[in-house]
Amino acid sequence: MSNYRIQGATGEWEVVIGLEVHAQVTSQSKLFSGAATAFGAEPNTQVSLVDAAMPGMLPVPNRECIRQAVRTGMAINAQINKWSRFDRKNYFYADLPQGYQISQLYHPLVGEGTIEVILDEKDPEGSTKTIGIERIHVEQDAGKLMHDQHPTMSYVDLNRSGVALMEIVSRPDMRSPAEAGAYLAKLRQILRYVGSCDGNMDQGSMRADVNVSVRRPGEPFGTRTETKNVNSVRFVMAVVESEARRQVGVIEDGGQVVQETRLYDPDKNETRSMRSKEDAHDYRYFPDPDLLPLELDDAFLEECRASLPELPDAKRHRYETALGLSPYDAAQLTLEVETFQQFEEMLDAVVKASGKAERDLAKRVANWLLSERAGVLKGIDQGAAHPKNTVAANVALIVAANDGVISGSKAKEIFAAYLTSDIDLAAEIEANKQTSDTGAIEAAIAKILADNADKVAEFKAGKEALFGFFVGQTMKAMQGKANPQVVNELLRKALA
Amino acid sequence: MSVDTATVAKIAALARIKLSEAELAAMVPELNGILAWVEQLGEVDVTGVEPMTAVIENHLRLRDDVINADPLTGGDNRDGVLANAPVAEHGFFGVPKVIE
Amino acid sequence: MMSANLTELGVAAIRDGVAKGEFTAVEVAEAFNANVAAASALNAFIVATPEKALEAAKATDAKRAAGQPLGKMGGVPIGMKDLFATKGVQTTAASHILEGFTPQYESTVSQKLWDAGAGMLGKLNLDQFAMGSSNETSYFGNVISPWRRNDGGNAALAPGGSSGGSSAAVAARLAPAATGTDTGGSIRQPAAFVGISGIKPTYGRCSRWGIVAFASSLDQAGPMARDVRDCAIMLEAMAGFDPKDATSLNLPVPEWEAGLNGDLRGKKVGIPREYRMDGMDADVAASWDRGIEWLKDAGAEIVDISLPHTKYALPAYYIIAPAEASSNLARYDGVRYGLRDLPDGAGLQDMYAATRAAGFGAEVKRRILIGTYVLSAGFYDAYYTQAQKVRTLIAQDFKNAFTQCDVILAPTAPTAAFGLGEKSDDPLSMYLNDVFAVPASLAGLPAMSVPAGLNREGLPLGLQIVGKPFDEQGVLNAGLAIEARAQFSAKPEKWW
Repeated sequence: MSNYRIQGATGEWEVVIGLEVHAQVTSQSKLFSGAATAFGAEPNTQVSLVDAAMPGMLPVPNRECIRQAVRTGMAINAQINKWSRFDRKNYFYADLPQGYQISQLYHPLVGEGTIEVILDEKDPEGSTKTIGIERIHVEQDAGKLMHDQHPTMSYVDLNRSGVALMEIVSRPDMRSPAEAGAYLAKLRQILRYVGSCDGNMDQGSMRADVNVSVRRPGEPFGTRTETKNVNSVRFVMAVVESEARRQVGVIEDGGQVVQETRLYDPDKNETRSMRSKEDAHDYRYFPDPDLLPLELDDAFLEECRASLPELPDAKRHRYETALGLSPYDAAQLTLEVETFQQFEEMLDAVVKASGKAERDLAKRVANWLLSERAGVLKGIDQGAAHPKNTVAANVALIVAANDGVISGSKAKEIFAAYLTSDIDLAAEIEANKQTSDTGAIEAAIAKILADNADKVAEFKAGKEALFGFFVGQTMKAMQGKANPQVVNELLRKALA
Repeated sequence: MSVDTATVAKIAALARIKLSEAELAAMVPELNGILAWVEQLGEVDVTGVEPMTAVIENHLRLRDDVINADPLTGGDNRDGVLANAPVAEHGFFGVPKVIE
Repeated sequence: MMSANLTELGVAAIRDGVAKGEFTAVEVAEAFNANVAAASALNAFIVATPEKALEAAKATDAKRAAGQPLGKMGGVPIGMKDLFATKGVQTTAASHILEGFTPQYESTVSQKLWDAGAGMLGKLNLDQFAMGSSNETSYFGNVISPWRRNDGGNAALAPGGSSGGSSAAVAARLAPAATGTDTGGSIRQPAAFVGISGIKPTYGRCSRWGIVAFASSLDQAGPMARDVRDCAIMLEAMAGFDPKDATSLNLPVPEWEAGLNGDLRGKKVGIPREYRMDGMDADVAASWDRGIEWLKDAGAEIVDISLPHTKYALPAYYIIAPAEASSNLARYDGVRYGLRDLPDGAGLQDMYAATRAAGFGAEVKRRILIGTYVLSAGFYDAYYTQAQKVRTLIAQDFKNAFTQCDVILAPTAPTAAFGLGEKSDDPLSMYLNDVFAVPASLAGLPAMSVPAGLNREGLPLGLQIVGKPFDEQGVLNAGLAIEARAQFSAKPEKWW
């Protein structure tokens, strides 16, 4: 349970949050027409006669959009409704050519499901919470209005009109900004794993309507407001916080929260009432008579299920148990699709190159990706996008380090040099090959112990920490090319 | 259920049809006549009856996800889409300025 | 052949005559073009397109000269109800709001007709957005029936509606055939009023793509022509699966013309007892009785059937059709096409209200308001859901009846044509004229009207045949049996 409370003048308040997330379904063409969905096209070039609602135009649903919504439902363990319907939501606005949005009210495609979130992503072993999903339905996106291109007119671009959206409606199960943020992040992660939405929040591919109310702990729900179109995890958290504080202020000042639609202003970090949408909402939903009920057969559902990838929770669990990674590393590696894909690709290549078992290599690859290489890339202008940051280069260095050919820190050095200069990677590895020649190392050790007799005495008297000093001196004498493990062993013997 | 002037005015506003006072006054008895007549449907016992969904046995077909598969229902048709627009500028439809 | 005689020919006679070289398609087109030009008093056409008719005729003649097949409608000029979008030719639905609208696309049905060799004489007048039973709601003025009562007076009569331009044009020999659409009797009632044949096929036979929508779950296109064979020919050209219409039937188009057979031995004809209403017009009742005798004579067995929910069909229709229409007509908002009325200083929502006030006629507004009301919050279940349940019962009535019979015989309309202005002040009495036509529309069944004789005023009466789903053939065959016995040859005396 969350202990998040708003401290008001009259005491503590609990915040109650539900999210309605609109996620653009990944598809080539629109939900009911063959026009393209690509982002950033010239205005009204991706508009069919259907999307412009010309007289006599009719909708025909896109199978891929239905399939992606079903797969998403399966990924959150939701009930898939084999019989659903499209309804019309009627209202007038310039971005809505038909005068209605085709949506699903009465019989949504996907019923109840759940998502488990980790409340603190830095502490993957910490507490988790299950957030209920009420439904997922499929609907049309609206077009776009531009207000600042003409002094007296708004311009209408219908490129987005008719693009497929999934509306994912949560239960009012969240109790803090952190929970709301964790939920949205987890949802995005799942959608990206499934491939049903690209999750690009800055392009509007995912946006959340944030329902917030406050109450005294233990009391019934208060009146909620809905803040529309919030387009980042950070903003969702900010909306919850600022809107909850505003509501507490209203109530404590003797007022009442009005059920209304609000808009978030990130510059001022506050929400404001949306007057223009306050049109005595009466959407007159009814089943779209242009479309028959949507009936899905078992073969369709079976294909949807079979095509689901390994999902985030399962993958994280497998990384911990089968690969022996720490919960923290497993969580980090599975956060983004690109990260786990790189990890698995590299691990696979390293396994092939070294002939060793995955489990014996996973930790090495994980360290390389999450810390060693990450450190190098941080200092590079292009970061991970550097053209020489190839799987092959990474694998060569990981294998060399893992086989003891070079040390881990040497691998890091070489990688940095490789990215920023013209050196040949294989030659550089060869040149920095570390030695396991015990004779040379023993000679170096003998000299160091002789030169530092006082420290040897201290060590033998119990100052264990000096061991690191001897290792460092030996490595230095060997110009960094000695195998640290061998150095360790020989030093222990010599100091015994 | 019968409607009064205020209700008809509300419905007309919802339907975005501006009615003059005279039109409004004339519409009230007309709508009431029609509504009173359709209300005989209330007599019908519909216990256990499902509302009609598909009048002729048929299944909803889903189309393949292909861009511009049929040019009649595809994009890349800006001129066609804007051809009849009362106001079109720079590839956009123009409407009176909206304040959100 | 004299051109005056050419306009006496129907579809089959023109098609066959052109194919055999008895006359050219151009001669036919010119003859009908001349009749159209001379009949402005009937106001049947909103726009005449003599050049289109000629162009198609020339193409047919050229094909014949080249020895190529001429198509099912080769050389036949037709009238096109102005509800079908025609590329490059104004399409208005007889409304001010679409005045000047020039589609950039061709409706599926009209395209199929042109592909079959037909040519377009012009766009036919109709009730505005197909809402009406007398063609008195057109923005472009009333259509006047070519028929007059035999009382020596010259009262202008209604040609029926909504396909009143179509019925008047065919009856007055301005076109051998015309397209109609039928939502609640709009093909059958006008056909009956002017002594021609017309068939509404099973819902889904003809694509609705490109037809200005009135009520999507009811709208069906169909042919209106002088006899049953012509209807069969033209319906073959109009029907067929269209992937652009999600409610289109994916079935092959039967060869209805080849299947015509007026021998009804072994067939059962149901006579619905609920259609024999108190105070029924005596001439209509007598014509129905004659129809029963004719079908007996054709070998059919007559059975008494019950359609117990008949009296509720009309009220259910007047909830469902306006509800769908209120949503279908929301797209006429002055943004993308058609009329825009922008009063000084008006905002977007004011523009909508002004545009729609100026652009829609009184009957259209009435139906939009009814539809908006019955879908509005708090009334949806009582009106709309109840009506759709009653619709289920009405469809069930037919299903039950068809276990006892193959087709159903009933009058098409409760009266012969009435005078213009006689019913236009009382919407309810106008609605009641569709009492016999609407039940088959609600059940999506094929139904046709064929001329059965004249009443005591010298005006045509129609008989209606309703068939099982997909059984247009059974309907046409029963129509043929009546046609053969009615020997209807009356035609309006030319006064225009």
